[in-house]
Amino acid sequence: MLKLNNIIKSYPVGGGKLEVLKGIDLHIKEGEMVSIMGSSGSGKSTLLNIIGILDDFDSGEYYLDGQLIDHISEKNAAHLRNSFIGFIFQSFNLIPFKNAMENVALPLYYKGIGRKKRNEMALEYLEKVGLREWAEHMPSELSGGQKQRIAIARALITNPKVILADEPTGALDSATSYEVMNLLKEVNNEGMTVVIVTHEHDISEMTERLINLHDGKIIREPILV
Amino acid sequence: MFDSDKWNERFETLSKNKLRTFLTGFAVFWGIFMLVILLGAGNGLKNGITNQFQDDAINTIWIWGGRTNLAYKGLKPGRRIQLENADYTFVDDLEGTDHSSARFSVRNATASFGNLGGAYQIDAVYPDNSYIENCKQVSGRYINDNDVKEFRKVTSIGMGVVNELYKDVDPIGTYIKLNGIPFKVVGVYSEVNNREQMRCYIPISTGQRVFNYNNLLENVQMTTGDLTVPETVALAESIRENLAKNHHFDINDRRAVYIQNNSENYQEVLDIITGIKLFILIIGAGTIVAGMVGVSNIMTIVVKERTKEIGVRKALGATPLSIIAMVMQESVFVTAIAGYFGLISGIALLEVVSNIPALQHDFFSNPQVDINIAIGTTLLLVFAGALAGFFPSRRAAKIKPVVALRDD
Repeated sequence: MLKLNNIIKSYPVGGGKLEVLKGIDLHIKEGEMVSIMGSSGSGKSTLLNIIGILDDFDSGEYYLDGQLIDHISEKNAAHLRNSFIGFIFQSFNLIPFKNAMENVALPLYYKGIGRKKRNEMALEYLEKVGLREWAEHMPSELSGGQKQRIAIARALITNPKVILADEPTGALDSATSYEVMNLLKEVNNEGMTVVIVTHEHDISEMTERLINLHDGKIIREPILV
Repeated sequence: MFDSDKWNERFETLSKNKLRTFLTGFAVFWGIFMLVILLGAGNGLKNGITNQFQDDAINTIWIWGGRTNLAYKGLKPGRRIQLENADYTFVDDLEGTDHSSARFSVRNATASFGNLGGAYQIDAVYPDNSYIENCKQVSGRYINDNDVKEFRKVTSIGMGVVNELYKDVDPIGTYIKLNGIPFKVVGVYSEVNNREQMRCYIPISTGQRVFNYNNLLENVQMTTGDLTVPETVALAESIRENLAKNHHFDINDRRAVYIQNNSENYQEVLDIITGIKLFILIIGAGTIVAGMVGVSNIMTIVVKERTKEIGVRKALGATPLSIIAMVMQESVFVTAIAGYFGLISGIALLEVVSNIPALQHDFFSNPQVDINIAIGTTLLLVFAGALAGFFPSRRAAKIKPVVALRDD
């Protein structure tokens, strides 16, 4: 599903440049649940952004579902993100002036689906994350766990191939963290590829495969059972 | 073209960010409101002044006798210059003369009909006076050539006189006593200026005979037809030269006769009005530009404030074009609606003002805005809204999703 060959990415810093990813080779198969771990500054978020086509890279090859992603236009990137990838963020990133249902329905707006159909589908997905009765609530009226579940519903609504989660439990207490992880596991059981960036061991232990990132390189890849 | 779902989305965004929408809209609302008021005030001024001039024919030259101020060929200064019938004949025969009349007035004359009477002005005139004074004939006829030729004792009286002396009686055919002498009323006229409706016009010949004026005149008037303003100035100067020769005074003695050239005055006023309108237009354009800059500023801040939201939208699949469209549509929508309200409020205020009699003045009446200007302004606004939204929206579209999503 995701194939990265020798991906190098650097950021300009002052006069020179800081190499964040120093040649990443990674292959994630369809239906896998993978966690990417690493200390702060190891480049794990950058890697996730590149996988999500939110950021570009300097050299290397990246195939998303067999499609080469290389200097594609913003417009194409937007279409790919919309149809292939669902994002989950640490700070939820719900739109504050839209209620839960409207937030979940938003990706469908960019797919060109009508309001009525969108909202119906959004309610379906809210049901799925157990927040059907919170549909009319604004994000400010919800707890962190609820917000993240809404964000997950939003990521799922386009039925993407890959779910990318950047520290999805970073802002949650452990009980809600496990709830969110269980939800992601369920999603994975339905056949979706899930990639989670985290620095919490108990979270990464809930995934099938652990990728350890250190100073822009993958240092070991133990298989978890 | 019109996608109701898209506009629903815009409308929701705007209605859920009320303060922001209000602040953006208010700049535009105020700009247009002030523009309409300014344009209306300018038109009111123009209408008022134009009304003032409608009182008399615009292209008239009036000549009064005065008193000499300079010694001339052994004659002492302080001599009175008295206009006579010969002066009228001279003016009447001039090539540039269109209509001409001469008159003398008996002020505070008594006029009475039946039991009612009052003090009015009797003006002895030629028939063309009707044209020069811009009298509207209400009924009957004005003084005519035969009245003058045959010294008829007839009069055309103003509506003001009729209202005061004739209660429920048709004045035509009745005899009105002017300083005790009965005149047959042949017509009733009206005038824009109420004071000038308080007059009884009689034939000049009859007047000179009845009131012992012999061949004397108080003033002579003429209209100059299609002559241009410089031509009327030259004509007035040639009249002065001729009068100087006939009445023996120094051509440079400006007080010997007074010549008032209305064409010249009217042109000056028109120039002033044009200047005022230009000034208003410049201020108005400035107001709109200020409004546009205001909207653009606010949209820039809005984009900055919404950086994260735009990043989220992009991560969820918004294309750069859809971001540009989103910001611009919001901007156009707010400017168009706010501008429209400004326009309506401005027009409503002008409407109220023009219906309050206390606010009507000799030099200010009926402030109105040309509907074409109003429509043009509204269209300009939509364009301005698009322009004001364009630069911030382009900046928004260029934001990389990863930058927008960064937690800070």
